[in-house]
Amino acid sequence: MRLPLAIGMSLLAAASFATVAHAKDWKTVVIGMEGAYEPYNMTDPSGKIVGFEPDLALDLCARIKVECKIIAQDWDGMIPGLNAGKFDVIMDGMSITDERKKQIDFSNPYANSPAAFLAAKDSPLAKLASNGKVFDMTKSPAETAKALEELRAALKGKTIGVQVSTTHANFADKHLKDVATIKEYKTTDERDLDLKSGRLDVELDDYPTLAAILEKPDSKDYAFVGPEFKGGDFGVGSGMGIRKSDADLTAKFNEALKAAFADGSVKKYSLKWFKIDTTP
Amino acid sequence: MMSLDFIWQTFLRLLAALPLTIEVWFLSIVFGGFVAAGVTWMRVSGILPLSLFARAFIFIFRGSPLLIQLFVIYYGLPSLPFVRHSFLWTFLREPFYCAVLSLALCTAGYTSEIFRGALAAVPRGQVEAARACGMSGFLLFRRIILPIAMRQGLPAYSTEIISMTKATALVSMVTLWDVLNVALKIRNDTLITYTPLLVAGAIYFVLNYILARFFVWLEFVVSPHLRRRLH
Repeated sequence: MRLPLAIGMSLLAAASFATVAHAKDWKTVVIGMEGAYEPYNMTDPSGKIVGFEPDLALDLCARIKVECKIIAQDWDGMIPGLNAGKFDVIMDGMSITDERKKQIDFSNPYANSPAAFLAAKDSPLAKLASNGKVFDMTKSPAETAKALEELRAALKGKTIGVQVSTTHANFADKHLKDVATIKEYKTTDERDLDLKSGRLDVELDDYPTLAAILEKPDSKDYAFVGPEFKGGDFGVGSGMGIRKSDADLTAKFNEALKAAFADGSVKKYSLKWFKIDTTP
Repeated sequence: MMSLDFIWQTFLRLLAALPLTIEVWFLSIVFGGFVAAGVTWMRVSGILPLSLFARAFIFIFRGSPLLIQLFVIYYGLPSLPFVRHSFLWTFLREPFYCAVLSLALCTAGYTSEIFRGALAAVPRGQVEAARACGMSGFLLFRRIILPIAMRQGLPAYSTEIISMTKATALVSMVTLWDVLNVALKIRNDTLITYTPLLVAGAIYFVLNYILARFFVWLEFVVSPHLRRRLH
């Protein structure tokens, strides 16, 4: 018994050495996403992850000739999971921010959509002057400040729901915390349940994500309210999160993204899933 | 050193969340204790419908995961429109009360079995002797059965209380800023993976150590007959 075991062990050791040595050839790339951030990525009834990011991922992987495997990973713990080597790429509508750049590298942005608010149709927020207007926090700070002031007055005493550790949560903490109650959720599904039960007055999230909520049959009493923001606190858009040690992979995906932008593929997926063009 | 400073800052932020953890814990122990006493009484009452109800209560709350109970109460109940339109909604709207309610009901399931075991462990002879002395009814319960049962039940009950401090960590799932949830937020915001969790773990550890010492002391106080006499 001893001998076969020893042979087995050494084979196993050899095999693991082999994978380490060949890892940089990138035959397969594992991509982590939440599977619950509609329409970026979501889990269909059969358990398959579908959406904008799976489509884009498969396209990019074909361009760089690697086999891609998509796995589900909680938002909460996404970056530690990447750095621990559970997967090689994050694609989860993750905004490129300086704080995150300290831990991981990003590809160039592949989507950029404004942050928006969603509330009941009869909410006082539905009557703001800035309703439906998009404010670029970087390019037009004066208008942004004015819209924020109006928004803050309307949000007084309200409860706002955001997903934990997102640019939206940071924005709410920075600009709205002193007038409203901020509630942070691990998943957007849990937050939506609380909106519909009435525990929340307002949701703050990415525009396409909120649009997907509005398309659900029990959402007829809700609508987009107030201003929309981009730039500034919300960064330059969402990119693929990649370990700092895998600069070669980042470069490959950047090349592939460039090509995918050039031939209109990214725009095609964006229109298919978001109904709007979110290319940055 | 930066990391020592980070540990200290994390510790301070988690300490600020400790009152909520303790509040949830304390209230659910108190309410759970009352519910458990009622359920135990029903269980040993000898009246069939009451005893069946008690058995069902224990079966449900001891037999299913606390997390599911918490989710059913927090997310499940509001999906029924009549709950949202009743006076109950004033309480169930708040995650704090949902958390206390589900923890209290869950611990009541376990505690009532501890109470029942403690009652069953009261020696028959002691009860008979008390009856022979002319005690009956509430006097018998108060002077003989209850003190003995409390002493018998204490070790098991202390274990339940200690496990409850750890169970409070689940309330982080319903948006309450308890020690664990603040630790998870720090972890997510700073992307420092282990330190906040270890600091949170240490806080729970110290809390439980204090509780364990308290129960050792309490056991000592309530069992003078087991101590060695000095002369």
